[in-house]
Amino acid sequence: MSRVRIAVLAALALIGSVASPIAAQTATPVSEDAVHDIALQLRCVVCQNLSVADSPSEMASQMRAIIRERLAAGESPTEVQRYFVDRYGEWILLSPPRRGFNLLVWLLPLAAVVVGLATAGALVWRWTRRRRGVRPPPVTVDAAMSERIRRELESGS
Amino acid sequence: MKRLWRWLIPLAAVPVLVLLAYGFRLSPRDIPSPLVGRPAPGFALATLEGAPLELATHRGKVVVLNFWASWCYPACYEEAPVLERNWRGYRERGVVVVGVDVQDKREAALKFVGDFGLTFPVAQDLKGTVSVDYGVYGVPETFFLDRQGRIRVKHVGAVTDDVFRTTVDRLLAEAASP
Amino acid sequence: MTADLGYGMTLIALGLAVYGGVAAGAGARTGRLALIESAQHAALGVFVLVTSCFALLTYAFLTFDFSVRYVATNTNLGTPFYYRITGVWGALEGSIILWSWMLALYTIILIVRHRVGARELYPWALATMLGILAFFLLVMTVAAPPFQRQAPVPADGRGLNPLLEDTGMITHPVALYLGFTGFTVPFAFAMAALITGRIGDTWLVLTRRWTIVAWYFLSLGLLIGGWWSYHVLGWGGYWAWDPVENAAFMPWLTGTAFLHSVMIQERRRMLRLWNISLVILTFGLTLFGTFLTRSGVIASVHAFTQGSIGILFLGFLALVLLTALGLVAWRWETFRSEGELDSVVSRESAFLLNNVLLVAAAFTVFFGTVFPLLSEAVRGVKVSVGAPFFNQVNIPLFLSLVFLMGVGPLIAWRRASLDNLKRNFLWPVALGIAAAAAAFALGVRSLLAALTCATTVFVAATIAVDFTRATRARLRVGESLLPAMGGLLLRHNRRYGGFVVHLGILIIALGVMGSHAWSVQTETTLHRGETAELAGYRFRFDGLTAVEESNHFKVVGALTVSNGRVLGVLRPAKKFYPQEQAPIAYVDYRLGLREDLYLVLGDFARDGSQATIKLQVNRLVSWIWIGGVVLTLGALLAILPERHKSV
Repeated sequence: MSRVRIAVLAALALIGSVASPIAAQTATPVSEDAVHDIALQLRCVVCQNLSVADSPSEMASQMRAIIRERLAAGESPTEVQRYFVDRYGEWILLSPPRRGFNLLVWLLPLAAVVVGLATAGALVWRWTRRRRGVRPPPVTVDAAMSERIRRELESGS
Repeated sequence: MKRLWRWLIPLAAVPVLVLLAYGFRLSPRDIPSPLVGRPAPGFALATLEGAPLELATHRGKVVVLNFWASWCYPACYEEAPVLERNWRGYRERGVVVVGVDVQDKREAALKFVGDFGLTFPVAQDLKGTVSVDYGVYGVPETFFLDRQGRIRVKHVGAVTDDVFRTTVDRLLAEAASP
Repeated sequence: MTADLGYGMTLIALGLAVYGGVAAGAGARTGRLALIESAQHAALGVFVLVTSCFALLTYAFLTFDFSVRYVATNTNLGTPFYYRITGVWGALEGSIILWSWMLALYTIILIVRHRVGARELYPWALATMLGILAFFLLVMTVAAPPFQRQAPVPADGRGLNPLLEDTGMITHPVALYLGFTGFTVPFAFAMAALITGRIGDTWLVLTRRWTIVAWYFLSLGLLIGGWWSYHVLGWGGYWAWDPVENAAFMPWLTGTAFLHSVMIQERRRMLRLWNISLVILTFGLTLFGTFLTRSGVIASVHAFTQGSIGILFLGFLALVLLTALGLVAWRWETFRSEGELDSVVSRESAFLLNNVLLVAAAFTVFFGTVFPLLSEAVRGVKVSVGAPFFNQVNIPLFLSLVFLMGVGPLIAWRRASLDNLKRNFLWPVALGIAAAAAAFALGVRSLLAALTCATTVFVAATIAVDFTRATRARLRVGESLLPAMGGLLLRHNRRYGGFVVHLGILIIALGVMGSHAWSVQTETTLHRGETAELAGYRFRFDGLTAVEESNHFKVVGALTVSNGRVLGVLRPAKKFYPQEQAPIAYVDYRLGLREDLYLVLGDFARDGSQATIKLQVNRLVSWIWIGGVVLTLGALLAILPERHKSV
């Protein structure tokens, strides 16, 4: 047993673990969910597009520790977010704050849907209007034919 | 005239293409710092030798605060001799160079310092709080602080002799206290 | 020697492609068959040459030929055998060869299949394909030469990016690229249609199967990418709205829209201009995707490199868009609308709505992806647009689309009478509402989750209603049950293949909902012997071990999992590669139908006495992969050659 232990120690000494100490999970009143919620909104600075909550990197782990500390010290989630924004700029938020120029990214998609619906609506209206103008003379069919036609139309085949 | 409206269709693609072309001029990693002009956050670390290293003790001097790591190749390797050279040249003139090693192993840091013969104070930011405090998102990054302890310049990437001297000379020329 | 041979072959291939494109175009213009046949021979030559280049590069990989720079950067002496093969497409240069090879392959298939049947369109389609192929060969020659030599020859290579040492690596790029390049063929035929003025149904009917195949491979590529992300990248998720993920998602969205709106043109001869525009948009987005991945303009975890290659791709994208849209403007007059409709409430409207929502979603993803660029250009301020934004804006759109999946196939063409609506939708709507109520009763409080449940049940019910009614009709005629069902599936394979695909999407939707609404996670530091609890599971930390592998070093944590009885040991690890600056997280997980256990090893003490572990219990994620399998079956059914339908 001890030989394995020595091997493990030697190997670990060789590669060396990350120098940062373990984020101590002592008896703080901070819930991991609260940390997680804030971390979801922040961008991990060394990854591409991942949130601090999701990223497996060391930096993200340290950032989560900072969030935990600040929440434990009594700061509100908004204040914790403000802390990061003060140092990294708006870029650190994974969702652009809804003010000023950034409103464009929130509103333009909505506008696209509205414009799309309006265009489609106009198209459908034009099609139905054209149809109403051209009424073919009613064709008489017997009941059996009618039933078969209906079934074929509805099965769509 | 009505016939010409249809040519708007291909023209509609142009603004998008122009925007994408503009993207070539930008570096996606170049993020402007909101800290420039603000008081530098203080910190209290310990150097690799164990001596205390506090930012407050250097108030009144021009501080060149350099964030680096031993794995940051080649930029940190390029700027290390630059920093050491200029540290020796300017230390008598009220300038101090401070190195903060981030996300690194102690042995690797010691080896780096030994290899380059660095004599300015170097500390490890073990918990990452100092790098977050300074909005560091990559290495190397260097902050130039004036005598009042305000961040005046943030330089991303390897520091050159030219950058060092121009910036430090400018900050030295300013009055010592308001 | 290898390098020179490879480079020579690339040059000749480029020349042949250019010649072939010009010859095909000239042949199309003048009608001279000899030119077209010459172009076909040139295409064959290109295919042979590109295949040989591929083989040569693979050979260089297998024999550790470090004189080739690409080989030295992507393998080292410790790289296992199979990764030496799949590593061929692991980085930029290899990806271009793979793309070129697929284009060449598709060109050959196009020649074989359409040489006889499509007299007018075929030559122009061939010319377009060869032109696009020529561009990629140009990139291969000029900007990303795979056979570039390196002197002095290093003793050992750098090694494959460890994240790529995975089975997903073998399949994800291949599937994705088959999808991307697959859309080139409908585009080529659309160009042919515009140039010849034959913008009717011919080009659509010819490309129908191509579209389904390309769409399927793109879907598969996206799903495998999600799976790869989930079990390799160590962050517990399958989709991050990363710019390059978005770049693959956008053509999928417009491709899906195209797949559906094609049916309107086939049935009712409407929306011809829209269909051509959609296929141009889809192809343009695939080019945009390759541009994003390779230009470094928008930072991404996938980004290969920066440099001149980005300019080449942007230039080509500009050329393609301006030419194609210019052709549309030129032929504007010929798109005389013939549409007629009896009522707003009809299948045509449902399909239109489907298209609006899909294209709006594509626009949202596009705008969100380029917005950081726009913000910097206009304000000088960098912003990030990430998952929270995309989820918030897209989820309502996707939910509406799922709802439409239930309405579209059953509602009548031209005009849906009240009777028709009642017969088809009464039960499904009732069941949907019942499902929402049941969810609420079972404790589901998230509105989104309840809506998703209701909608998926509604759509599943509509599929059941249709299938039951059709089967019953056959039973009434005298067939027995299984042959009736089988016959239905085979005779109307397009329709029922589509239904099965929709079913797959439903399952995926439920998986996405479950993973978002009901997954839990926590992060905790454990000493040896200590236990953490999450969602009824207990995880006991048993310590760390160190392991030496052929090309990396591993620290493995052992955690015993139990929920009343011991379920097993999970071993998340950290892998240290000499060529990488930071350790790579190796996730360990336990998959299940209802939930997955997912563990990531964080910091650890050097003596192995304690470690920080990130624990996740992800719910219903497996349903996403199952949905993918169902989707595959549906697509296969839909592609089957059509049986002759008896009246």
